[in-house]
Amino acid sequence: MKYNLKYRPFNERSILIEWPSVIDEDMLQDVLNFKNILFQKNVKLKVDIINTYNSILVNYVYTIEDVYDEILRLKTIYSSIESQSALKLKLWEVPVCYDDEFGIDLELLSTTKSLAKSEIIQRHSQQIYTVFFIGFLPGFLYLGGLDESLCFDRKSTPNLDVKKGAVGIGGNQTGIYPQNSPGGWHIIGNSPVSFFNPKKENPCFAKAGDKIKFMPVSMEEYHSILEQVNSNCYKPKSISV
Amino acid sequence: MIKVLKPGMFSTIQDKGRFGYGEYGVPKSGAMDLYSAELANTLLGNARTDAVLEITMTGPKLKFEAESYIVICGADISPSINGEIIQNNKVYSILKGDILEFGKLKSGLRSYIAVKGGYKTEKVLGSQSYYKPITINDSITEGDALSFNQLTTKLKPSKLFSKLKPIDFSSEVLDVLKGPEFELLSNLQKDQLKSTQFMVSKLYNRMAYQLLPQINNDLKSILTGPVLPGTVQLTPSGRLIVLMRDCQTTGGYPRVLQLTESAINLLSQKKEKDKVIFSLVD
Repeated sequence: MKYNLKYRPFNERSILIEWPSVIDEDMLQDVLNFKNILFQKNVKLKVDIINTYNSILVNYVYTIEDVYDEILRLKTIYSSIESQSALKLKLWEVPVCYDDEFGIDLELLSTTKSLAKSEIIQRHSQQIYTVFFIGFLPGFLYLGGLDESLCFDRKSTPNLDVKKGAVGIGGNQTGIYPQNSPGGWHIIGNSPVSFFNPKKENPCFAKAGDKIKFMPVSMEEYHSILEQVNSNCYKPKSISV
Repeated sequence: MIKVLKPGMFSTIQDKGRFGYGEYGVPKSGAMDLYSAELANTLLGNARTDAVLEITMTGPKLKFEAESYIVICGADISPSINGEIIQNNKVYSILKGDILEFGKLKSGLRSYIAVKGGYKTEKVLGSQSYYKPITINDSITEGDALSFNQLTTKLKPSKLFSKLKPIDFSSEVLDVLKGPEFELLSNLQKDQLKSTQFMVSKLYNRMAYQLLPQINNDLKSILTGPVLPGTVQLTPSGRLIVLMRDCQTTGGYPRVLQLTESAINLLSQKKEKDKVIFSLVD
């Protein structure tokens, strides 16, 4: 399906392309498909492209000489896309320890929702989540697909020191904090996996469009994986989808 | 090598920042006032992309362990070499053992120390710009050693010239474009944005500048979307937040205005209580 896109200059060096303002997985495929083609077509120009739920921002190294010419070029590229190219996507298995030591807000969630902790863990780890994009912090994945019964408002006062690896719920979103950071989400577990490594050319193993599944692990397994992560010999598990 | 005897309030190595890692959520970073940083490099005959030392409000005290040439551009923080006052925007020869230090802040906020050949600090994701935790440090500290390229040739005086002119930091006018959500604003809000003289609040740093006073607002948050340095966000409480070089890549507040590159450079030289006015250029 083709969408009616809006194009506008964002600053002297960038153009914003917008889809309708909704969160939708089919639309995400169209966003990512266009983004992918723009990367392929712009190798020479060198561009930095980011996407969100319903936008693509194309950043150019230099000031755009004629922005309306460039917008026309982008429109032509979009209209000439014939079919969805097959994006090479992966399903990542992410270990999470839901022990009370990490899941500091599990108790609150359990009493407010009248759901046993084991039920919350079950519902959180059985879903397959979609990575819509990475933002907020380097390596922070915006995931869609949280079970409706687990949606929970953000804290009214943010926690000033959420731990690296913390798995949280904020509204209808769930995610993993890639570094220690202030944050307003309720924390239900912790993943030993590192989501951002600046020493790598691809600093985050997952990318927009990929899928994530959380795999509950015991405290023992958590520490064993953490040891592998710290000694750089842990490889996140994935299958192609 | 340069030895850091005192770091100053907040001093960081900066180049033009990171490009090509936005999709991993990596901030651009880079010199806040890119124009002054570039001017300093140009005056020395450096590449425009060479890293410089960005210093803020109070300067560091630095000891040079090798000879070189330096230029200071941007804010005037009363620089001196071995106690002798020097000027901004001029090339000075440095001898081994020379001490560079700073005094009173006279204009602007951020100043750039360029050294011939540039600083040779670690490059992470294509840039030397400090940004924790992408880089190990968030700023220089006492005892740090900053390497720079050894001087191989003497500078020729004819090279010490640039067509670039320093910016007038006293100007209050920030050139802006309409942001993606500008048209969602009421006429009253648009008028307020155009006619209010805003003031930099005490919350201002490399990530963002918050302005005062607040304006009326009943716009709700938007679906999280891309943001850039220079994006002016309007929070539900009516506060204006101008994102700066170290900002996140995405945000959920309406993006009402967008500063031009030159306006970001100018705002970078503003501090608490300085006044600014938005001027729509399109």
